[in-house]
Amino acid sequence: MLIRGRAHRFGDDIDTDAIIPARYLNTSDPAELARHCMEDADPQFTSKIHPGDIIVAGKNFGCGSSREHAPIAIKAAGLSAVIAHSFARIFYRNAINIGLPILESPEAAARIQDGDEVLVEVEEGVIRNLTRGETYDIIPFPPFMQELMTAGGLMSYVARKVGKNV
Amino acid sequence: MGMTMTEKILAAHAGLDEVRPGQLINAKVDFVLGNDITAPVAIEEFRKLGLERVFDPERIILVPDHFTPAKDIKSAEQAKILRDFAREYGIKHYFEIGRVGIEHCLLPEQGLVAPGELIIGADSHTCTYGALGAFATGVGSTDMAAAMATGELWFKVPETILFNYYGHLQPWVGGKDLILYAIGDIGVDGARYMAMEFTGEAIAELSLDGRFTMANMAIEAGGKNGIFAPDAKALAYLEGRVKRPYKIYTSDPDAEYAQVKEYDAGKIAPQVAFPHLPENVKPVTEVGEILIDQVVIGSCTNGRLEDLRVAARLLQGKKVHPEVRLIVIPGTQEIYLQALREGLIEIFIEAGAAVSTPTCGPCLGGHMGILARGERALSTTNRNFVGRMGHPESEVYLAGPAVAAASAVRGRIAAPEEVL
Repeated sequence: MLIRGRAHRFGDDIDTDAIIPARYLNTSDPAELARHCMEDADPQFTSKIHPGDIIVAGKNFGCGSSREHAPIAIKAAGLSAVIAHSFARIFYRNAINIGLPILESPEAAARIQDGDEVLVEVEEGVIRNLTRGETYDIIPFPPFMQELMTAGGLMSYVARKVGKNV
Repeated sequence: MGMTMTEKILAAHAGLDEVRPGQLINAKVDFVLGNDITAPVAIEEFRKLGLERVFDPERIILVPDHFTPAKDIKSAEQAKILRDFAREYGIKHYFEIGRVGIEHCLLPEQGLVAPGELIIGADSHTCTYGALGAFATGVGSTDMAAAMATGELWFKVPETILFNYYGHLQPWVGGKDLILYAIGDIGVDGARYMAMEFTGEAIAELSLDGRFTMANMAIEAGGKNGIFAPDAKALAYLEGRVKRPYKIYTSDPDAEYAQVKEYDAGKIAPQVAFPHLPENVKPVTEVGEILIDQVVIGSCTNGRLEDLRVAARLLQGKKVHPEVRLIVIPGTQEIYLQALREGLIEIFIEAGAAVSTPTCGPCLGGHMGILARGERALSTTNRNFVGRMGHPESEVYLAGPAVAAASAVRGRIAAPEEVL
């Protein structure tokens, strides 16, 4: 899989309240959640992004609440991936489960600047910074998680297990 | 090589004799929990499978506690999704308004948590139940849907950090202060993906309510679960609540820990976490002059009977500062009723506090006490992120119930001794 987009930088410990504030959680409609994506980290964020853009962040991205509305809001806003130094564990599970590409790369998180053009070669485990001509390694997923992603997320995997086609 | 109690519980539920940190396992779950924010997404995913039944209607727990009693039409619709699903699939443990409480206060009280059990919840504070020696962890809605269908879920066996609190608790110091102190030490990702096991003399002195508070905030250090070995106090709590057989697991003497943290409880004063991360911790004696507009005493962290008793001891015969709003939220109906019988509610109302029916409400900026731009709250809740309790330009300071009650009286963040 190839992912290409412009980078939007955020800092460390971006919590799920910043990604999608609880005041909007009286709905689970992805389109509505997308309108408030990252609102408490950057109120203008949704007016700056283009389809395919990428979030680049520091350590512990997605800490806090278990709300799956957070990766849903990012995906529905048209963003193609999140690159971070590290991810909080519930966010990590949720993103894999709903098919939002997340990539752990301390090197990329440190080097990519706001507005850089980035190309991610997922299978090759490489992030290319087209603006700066740099290449960064991605920490690979364990095989089971790759399998889960190839199966199309957790529910497709479960559907096969319980003998139903979804 | 020995195993930690977390590893033993995971091994038993995966049908294995032994597991090691980093190992990926498929484990059977004893209970699956969801609330009015997370369960609607899970129910939608579950319905797509087209199954006629859930894996076990007695092992799914639905608790509409976040935006209830419904704060607006959309929230009412979300809560209705749980109600309709519970009726359609014969879910035994659905709690209606008037009987519902804040989920992590409610489940242990209702006997739905026993030592050695594996509980997952689509709520990050599910880790609370480790206070009773269970493995309990927060997951997302899709995980909840998968577990409702199959009764199983995948886990990565976590490494464990052991926290040993030696020495004795200081006056007015409770579970909140001990856990804030640890988070201040290791940071909000200091236990990322890891189990946090708590032990020591001071832990033995701590009540179950204090232990629930500590396990509850394991997630604020990035932890997967918090856990305590059940002792006589834990067994006394379980007596009369849990009727099914259960198994107690403790860590082996030669269990391997990723880290061991040693804290002298005798040197831990009441703690306050400054905006906007729970790791920004200072002893209350060092906070300086911080004026506040609102105090909240409640939540899955500090909405239990002991918390209300501590607050009432400090508020008895006193008045809430004229420029402060004090909101007290008992965690469950049982706690509320007991507080009423003990005269605590009367103390709160005579002091000038608002007392609410159980709800998560203000903790996550839902309802029942939202902050305006520029306002500042001192709260016994668990998170002080930007915008957590209302306007993105409001501020939340975290503390235990003693500091909260004292601060409500003084109108600024205050040590408990200041109001005695």
